Amino acid sequence: MIKIENLTHRYSVGTPFEKVAVDHVNLEIEGGEIVGVIGHTGSGKSTLIQHLNGLLKPTEGRVFINGQDIWADKSKMRQVRFDVGLVFQYPEYQLFEETVYKDIAFGPKNMGLGEEEIRERVTKAAEFAGLRPELLEKSPFELSGGQKRRAAIAGVIAMEPKVLILDEPTAGLDPKGRNKILNQIKNYHEQVGNTILLVSHSMEDVAMFADKVLVMNQAKIFAYDTVENVFARSEELKSIRLSVPQITNVFHRLNEEGYPVPRNVYTVAYAKRKLLAELEKEGKLHA
Amino acid sequence: MLRDITIGQYFPGHSVLHKLDPRVKILLTLAYIVLLFFVQSYLGFAVSIIFLGICYAVARIPLKMILKSLKPIIPILIFTGILNMLFVNTGEPFFKWGIFSLSWSGIDMALTMAIRVVCLIAAASLLTYTTSPISLTDAIERLLKPLRVFKFPVHELAMMMSIALRFIPTLVEETDKIMSAQKARGADLESGGLMQRAKALIPILIPLFISAFRRAEELALAMECRCYHGGEGRTRMKQLHMGGRDAAAACVTVALMGIVIGLNYLPIPW
Repeated sequence: MIKIENLTHRYSVGTPFEKVAVDHVNLEIEGGEIVGVIGHTGSGKSTLIQHLNGLLKPTEGRVFINGQDIWADKSKMRQVRFDVGLVFQYPEYQLFEETVYKDIAFGPKNMGLGEEEIRERVTKAAEFAGLRPELLEKSPFELSGGQKRRAAIAGVIAMEPKVLILDEPTAGLDPKGRNKILNQIKNYHEQVGNTILLVSHSMEDVAMFADKVLVMNQAKIFAYDTVENVFARSEELKSIRLSVPQITNVFHRLNEEGYPVPRNVYTVAYAKRKLLAELEKEGKLHA
Repeated sequence: MLRDITIGQYFPGHSVLHKLDPRVKILLTLAYIVLLFFVQSYLGFAVSIIFLGICYAVARIPLKMILKSLKPIIPILIFTGILNMLFVNTGEPFFKWGIFSLSWSGIDMALTMAIRVVCLIAAASLLTYTTSPISLTDAIERLLKPLRVFKFPVHELAMMMSIALRFIPTLVEETDKIMSAQKARGADLESGGLMQRAKALIPILIPLFISAFRRAEELALAMECRCYHGGEGRTRMKQLHMGGRDAAAACVTVALMGIVIGLNYLPIPW
């Protein structure tokens, strides 16, 4: 699906501000999964994802989408952008139309679709993003923060991309808004079955929603594996000053204190099940 | 493409030029620009250009930065050059066609103007390359201080300038981000006729204006929260000091002025 070969990106080449943001990265992502992307600020996550739809041109190396080198034919670049939808950080700042409907329709309109098809896609995208139909006729600037964010995400979903990349979609939202967005994305993924890249700073969110985790550190890929395998390397993650989900830390500590609990616990729901099972066993023993 | 804008762009370094007092730098740049209009001989221009070249070398600013700052004025240069060549007819024209005439004095005029404008831009750019925007406005505030006698709002003007300069990179970055976001939704900014291109700017300009107003409001609030109430009784953390370095720079510039103006009176035909 996505293949990156030896990708390097340097910013401000030839000035004192020159900086390598992505350093000889190789990566292959198969279709149909949710991939969580984690790493510190400045580790190269945002630069990496902007290469996937050709917004940034590699200084070195190549990017393939569906086996096609995206820079081989520049006239097909717009098609690449429709295939790989990218939602930036704070996407609500890109809203500009008079109504939410028109704003969501901006992408499909650029694809050159017909009126009927656009209407269908906008309605569907709004539903995926959890926007009530009556909101569509409002001005995007009248919406609440969370609604604006979801309207902006709907604007990208409406293009029905094969790969959807979200750069910290929950940044700056309250817990309720965060869960709402993440759940909508999860539902959307389950219904459409496309590939989703989710950049996040929250290990809990990644553990809960992603199938695989991509860890970036200092412009390089530190790890790319399943959630279990990555969070099992908690010591290494700590060595690059990243962490594991809090619940994992709790279970590690319990395990070290001699309680018979597993170490591979990454979500609260799973932890609860394990604990209850353990307590039940103990209870039976005492009885 | 937006990153090519170099107005107010600071190029950090530790050279003598970077360390000069910004007030002195502004005054000397002004002196140099005035000097450019006193030069009457090509030898004088050669000396001025070499001097500017040495300044760039001392400041360790790559030469291609000069070209970068000149890029936006190339159309103006060509346009005024052609006008000067075709319409100045003080000398003996060797080509005439209707109202157009070509003479050596016209070519001479066009060339002199071009050299003047190029040197002027290069000198002004050197000032902004070697002086951070903050110290630049600081210096302007100091230099304009005498105007306060006439109730001229010097401090407010300087504050407005530093805020404006401070927000150029922010707004450039913001524009870049919005452009990327709209491009990701398939916005086509590069092709089409004039009308189409103007229309394609709407999805960029509206979010940009909205965020600029939002930023302005937030900044005003933040300033009020820290009890900002204008320049009355305000002291500075960084005091400007003039030193031997600045005196030396002034001497060098005065010497240059002497040489260049002296060249005007030398009995050489060019």
